[in-house]
Amino acid sequence: MAALTGVETADLAVSSVRDLNQALHAPRPAPSWRVLNPRGAHSVACGLKDEVTVDIEGHVGYYCAGMNQHATVTVHGNAGVGVAENMMSGTVRIRGDASQSAGATAHGGLLVIEGNAAARCGISMKGVDIVVGGNVGHMSAFMGQAGRLVVCGDAGDALGDSLYEARIYVKGTAKSLGADCVEKEMRDEHLVELAELLKAAEFDEDPTDFRRYGSARQLYHFKVDNSTAY
Amino acid sequence: MCGIVGLHLREPSLEPRLGELLTAMLGQVVERGPDSAGVAVYGDPRLSPPGRGVVSLLGVTPEEASIALPGAVVVAADATTVVHAESPVPELLATIVTALPQATVIGSGEGFAVLKGTGNPVQLADSFGLSGVTGYQGVGHTRMATESAVTPEGAHPFSVGPGQCLVHNGSFANHATIRRELQAQGVQFDSENDSEVGARFVAHHLAQGVDLEKALRLLCERFDGFYTLLVSTTDSFAVVRDAIACKPALVAETDAWVAMASEYRALDVLPGIEHARIFEPEPEEVYVWQR
Repeated sequence: MAALTGVETADLAVSSVRDLNQALHAPRPAPSWRVLNPRGAHSVACGLKDEVTVDIEGHVGYYCAGMNQHATVTVHGNAGVGVAENMMSGTVRIRGDASQSAGATAHGGLLVIEGNAAARCGISMKGVDIVVGGNVGHMSAFMGQAGRLVVCGDAGDALGDSLYEARIYVKGTAKSLGADCVEKEMRDEHLVELAELLKAAEFDEDPTDFRRYGSARQLYHFKVDNSTAY
Repeated sequence: MCGIVGLHLREPSLEPRLGELLTAMLGQVVERGPDSAGVAVYGDPRLSPPGRGVVSLLGVTPEEASIALPGAVVVAADATTVVHAESPVPELLATIVTALPQATVIGSGEGFAVLKGTGNPVQLADSFGLSGVTGYQGVGHTRMATESAVTPEGAHPFSVGPGQCLVHNGSFANHATIRRELQAQGVQFDSENDSEVGARFVAHHLAQGVDLEKALRLLCERFDGFYTLLVSTTDSFAVVRDAIACKPALVAETDAWVAMASEYRALDVLPGIEHARIFEPEPEEVYVWQR
């Protein structure tokens, strides 16, 4: 791992993901990293807890940048299932598409997917901000509890199913809304919030083109009328 | 979990490399299903020479098959014994039922062979001689047993119609009900495996004259549970996922080939992958590629 340019390079064609992750977990890791030949490997750059920058040159497999804290991870390709799962802070950017469950259960930080995200993007999100340049698949923001999901394309079926408190902004169409998810008024504070999110994600969309969705908050309450349904 | 790989070649110059590519793909999904594996190969002249009936068998040794089927060529591949002969497939099957009553037929057709076994998939691929196989299409599966025992019969692919096969990642919730319905219509089963029910259902409808796309749409209507399926025939290669689409699937397509796998890393071994169109199949949408 030469440091001639000030950037540490890890070539996964010759070293393992475990070696890379251990080097990134060292007490004071080098601040800037370049990862070559990921070839769909799982768990690349997981569990980072320092302010490091990691550029991954190619497609990654499952759980890339999971549990991230403070680090800035960019995937110059597509990402597999569960990218940035349980992220706490920092930034993860996917230049291509992301598979299912992107940003699942993430508590904080910013996840940017420049392409499309597949099903259940932001499932059980707990504070993360997710901005998707393209479309999201079905059941995105399922059981979302906090945070914001911005979709510059279209959303698939059952958007925001069983949503608690997360806010969702969609520029295109939502194929259908899930249980308890409703369209809400776009007020000034939402336009401001959305403009900040789009700026942070480096997208130049117009916030006024978006619609806002959120929870009708009916699922908080047990309805005795429904008891026979169980 | 279970791992699926499949490769449908469009470019004839790649056909000598089918087995080598399929072996590399299979090796990438071993962790998804380390207990058993199987492959189906279309167009290999050693396993299935043109114009000859081919039957893949479990439960018999190559020696037993050689003695019981004079005139047939016997190829040993781990737990599987492949036999091919001048006879048409129905005639060869009838002979086998009489001469080798203990055998389980795991595939039959022309230009097509199924190989299955239990154990580590990489060692099995070696035992099958998979890297030396040629042809125009292949599918493979690494199994993590959930619905039935770890036996060669329980390994995928399930091939229950001429040249057809099905591999499955997931589990069918209502397979017992559908099994009883099919049995009531005279369909016989070889294993307790839920995936076999899917294969029998597809074969049953194909035999009634519906096309593969329609058969898979009917399957989506009837089957509950989680599934990503790769279904092939001698001229088709099809992918379908359930309405929830929780089981992974990726398709990559170039002018030279169409490939499907559970994970991207299994596709990364293919030539020209850097220029492929890569996408995840939509839930309950049937994708079919024709030869």
